[in-house]
Amino acid sequence: MKQPVTYTLYHPKWYRRPMSTYWWTKRWRYLRFILRELSSISVAWTVILLLLLINSMGDEAMYAGYLDWLQSPWLVVLNAFALVFLLFHTVTWFNLAPRAMAVRLRGKRLPDWAVAAPNFIAWAVLSAGVVWFVLKGV
Amino acid sequence: MAETIVLEVARYRPEIEAEPAFENFEVPCRPDWVVLDALNYIKDAIDGTLSFRWSCRMGVCGSCGMMVNGEPKLTCATFLTDYLPGPIRIEPLSNFPIVRDLIIEMSDFMTKLQGVKPWIIRNEDLPVSQGEYRQSPEQLETYKQFSMCINCLLCYAACPVYGLDQHFVGPAALALAQRYNLDSRDEGEAQRLEILSEHEGIWGCTFVGECSVVCPKHVDPAGAIQQYKLKAVTEWFKSILLPRGGRD
Ligand code: SF4
Ligand code: FES
Repeated sequence: MKQPVTYTLYHPKWYRRPMSTYWWTKRWRYLRFILRELSSISVAWTVILLLLLINSMGDEAMYAGYLDWLQSPWLVVLNAFALVFLLFHTVTWFNLAPRAMAVRLRGKRLPDWAVAAPNFIAWAVLSAGVVWFVLKGV
Repeated sequence: MAETIVLEVARYRPEIEAEPAFENFEVPCRPDWVVLDALNYIKDAIDGTLSFRWSCRMGVCGSCGMMVNGEPKLTCATFLTDYLPGPIRIEPLSNFPIVRDLIIEMSDFMTKLQGVKPWIIRNEDLPVSQGEYRQSPEQLETYKQFSMCINCLLCYAACPVYGLDQHFVGPAALALAQRYNLDSRDEGEAQRLEILSEHEGIWGCTFVGECSVVCPKHVDPAGAIQQYKLKAVTEWFKSILLPRGGRD
């Protein structure tokens, strides 16, 4: 007769290592991931700035106040930080695009750069458009 | 060139140690030796009680995964000379409980793997007399990358999400689910969706991306998961935007 088989799903005695709260300091790529997640705060901050700008636009005094506020030293420093994180966010976001999109052309998967490049080009063109629009009045 | 190199090997013998401790072994550092050769040397010549898993010694069985200096590696494909002058720290794969020395408890992964139904599901099996299910090279290409997985679990050891929450289905199982979803012969996507679309499924992944970096078979589990997320979102939009007839 066959013996009935019982599998021990979980080993009776084992050691589970605790995971450090600072796991993200262990490897540069983990840190980069955390920085990328944090960079979304910069994105949110920029959106708030933009909304405040739009809000102040109809009113001369409010607009002047907004510009004044923007020139305060701490805000300049803050925005410089925000810009760095924003660029980091954008570049990493576009570089991730090829991973999420397996674009196939005639059965062959497009190389990563071919998926990322249009994003970067669109970014450059749109930014150039905005710069042109802003400077046109100057 | 150095003649020997020191291996700091994590030991855990439940009957001796309450928690893992390191033991140093000096082994010959031969240019053609991988970490696994050094471990086998220890077992043969120094301490026969050292426990670890291995089988093929050629990167196909997926059983020799360990942390080498903190990075998940197939020890049969990791050369000693790349770590000169040493020492090299060998630990069991992160994020899994340790059974003994370098051996991890992996039944959690096995259960999850089974959960995503990694086999071809047909609504109706055709009789054998009708011949095989044909597949073109293009159709094969869509999922081939994800089919290269050897279940070595390096990706789980690299995944902080799995480390923090053991309920997460995890990189390899999700990539394998996607491998079958993309297979032209398979019709089981709806059945797998239930597990995949849960919070612990694809949405548990925050795209750290380390799984794809450490994968020795270039499976790109992170890519598989993001592609599936994109598909799930598109399907969801289609389902609310398109009238019934337009859905597929
Ligand atoms: S996806 Fe790669 S790292 Fe993960 S188990 Fe499969 S082969 Fe190993
Ligand atoms: S022993 Fe088989 S993969 Fe290393």
